[in-house]
Amino acid sequence: MAEAAAIRIRGLRVVRKKVLVIPGLDVDVAAGAITGLLGPSGCGKSTLMRAIVGVQIVESGSVEVLGLPAGSADLRHRVGYMTQEPSVYSDLTVRENLAHFARIYGVDQGNVDRAIDRVDLGSKADTVVSDLSGGQHSRVSLAASLVGEPDLLVLDEPTVGLDPVLRRDLWALFRSLASSGTTLLVSSHVMEEAVHCDRLLLMRDGHMLADGVRDDLLAATGAADIEAAFLALVEQEDGR
Amino acid sequence: MTARRTFATTSRVLAQLRHDHRTIGIILVLPCVIFGLIAWMFSGTESQVVDTMGPLLIAIFPAVIMFLITSVVTLRERTSGTLERLMSLPISKADFLVGYALAFALAAAVQAVVLLAFAMGVCGMRIEGPVALMGLVSVLDAVLGSTLGLAASALARTEFQAVQLMPVFLIPQILVCGLLMPRAAMPLVLEWISRALPFTYAAQAMEKLQVGASTWSVASDIAVICAFIAGTLTAGIVTLRRRTA
Repeated sequence: MAEAAAIRIRGLRVVRKKVLVIPGLDVDVAAGAITGLLGPSGCGKSTLMRAIVGVQIVESGSVEVLGLPAGSADLRHRVGYMTQEPSVYSDLTVRENLAHFARIYGVDQGNVDRAIDRVDLGSKADTVVSDLSGGQHSRVSLAASLVGEPDLLVLDEPTVGLDPVLRRDLWALFRSLASSGTTLLVSSHVMEEAVHCDRLLLMRDGHMLADGVRDDLLAATGAADIEAAFLALVEQEDGR
Repeated sequence: MTARRTFATTSRVLAQLRHDHRTIGIILVLPCVIFGLIAWMFSGTESQVVDTMGPLLIAIFPAVIMFLITSVVTLRERTSGTLERLMSLPISKADFLVGYALAFALAAAVQAVVLLAFAMGVCGMRIEGPVALMGLVSVLDAVLGSTLGLAASALARTEFQAVQLMPVFLIPQILVCGLLMPRAAMPLVLEWISRALPFTYAAQAMEKLQVGASTWSVASDIAVICAFIAGTLTAGIVTLRRRTA
């Protein structure tokens, strides 16, 4: 299963807000695995994710998700998307937010409790979101993308700003989702997050510097960690 | 479009309103305060302003408030990223906008009941026609205000701009709808323009109801308001984009 591609992108070219963000990209994302999309902020990670979930106007190229063109109506049940800014209603409680998204998915309210448990917000379920801390706020946003139990989760910087304990718990959650067959694409600008991923996409200026398994990237560059590997690849690219 | 998803939006918007006590206060109390102020202003004079202008104000105030609330609330959806999330979910654009319109129609209905009760009970406004029909016109005009607000929010990038669109969309309508002077006395061109604007029909219906016209005689005005609601809602659905740059 891990060899099959959940996402297949060919010749993707995206202009976002009048800036050429992705000039031409070919990439595959493996099914049933955690793929880390790593790169500095502004390199095009969010734009790529928006193209995958079908909310980005694409200039050319094809984006195929679970065998269908990105943004197809049939995919909307199967893809969960967490935007970088927490996109939930800050004037509603945690439970009201998730209940709303559950109604849209047409799943029962048991999914709401499960999603709340998964992000460990049980004690805050009836708190209005604007009264939560920043990290809790972003976990509500994560829970909203889990509530429909999608086959593909596209998570834009889900662990940013969280304390180490929570970050560990979230990666454990991602791992358990992946082992039950969910495909995860998780972006981060923190290179250390690479250790939690099955595969890595290192992105820079709208293209992929590297695509592969962490150990292979380390071996190929002779670097001790992914941050050093990234730098080595950047130097190699600029030196050309 | 499905009833479940439309109501998902409606119940969510109403839940947001429920949490926002100040907005509820503004929706319910503000029109009464302004109405009361006008009634008080003319209380020492011989004029029948409360009777003649009152029904028109009951058509216009709710629409203005609903325009402002809707345009800001939907703009907040655009800027906070919740709209982007929704557009990746199995909800149609019609579910989203009709759900909003229904929620604000319900709020407008409560508003109309409170304002009519205040105008007639406290300020002594006298009307000859059926009061329920006056309530209906007020609610429909408020719904029109909110569908205009939905459409306007597509033109604004910030909440600051959204608020400023209110005078653009509404003040010209208020000026020529017959509130300030009878439309028959206006220059011909302005009278023509007024016929193309929806508030005119709400004002016209209210004037007829005030002097005791039959239900049947305002049917055409109500039909025109409904057509404008359908038109602005359709414009809102068409201009809402799943994919953005």
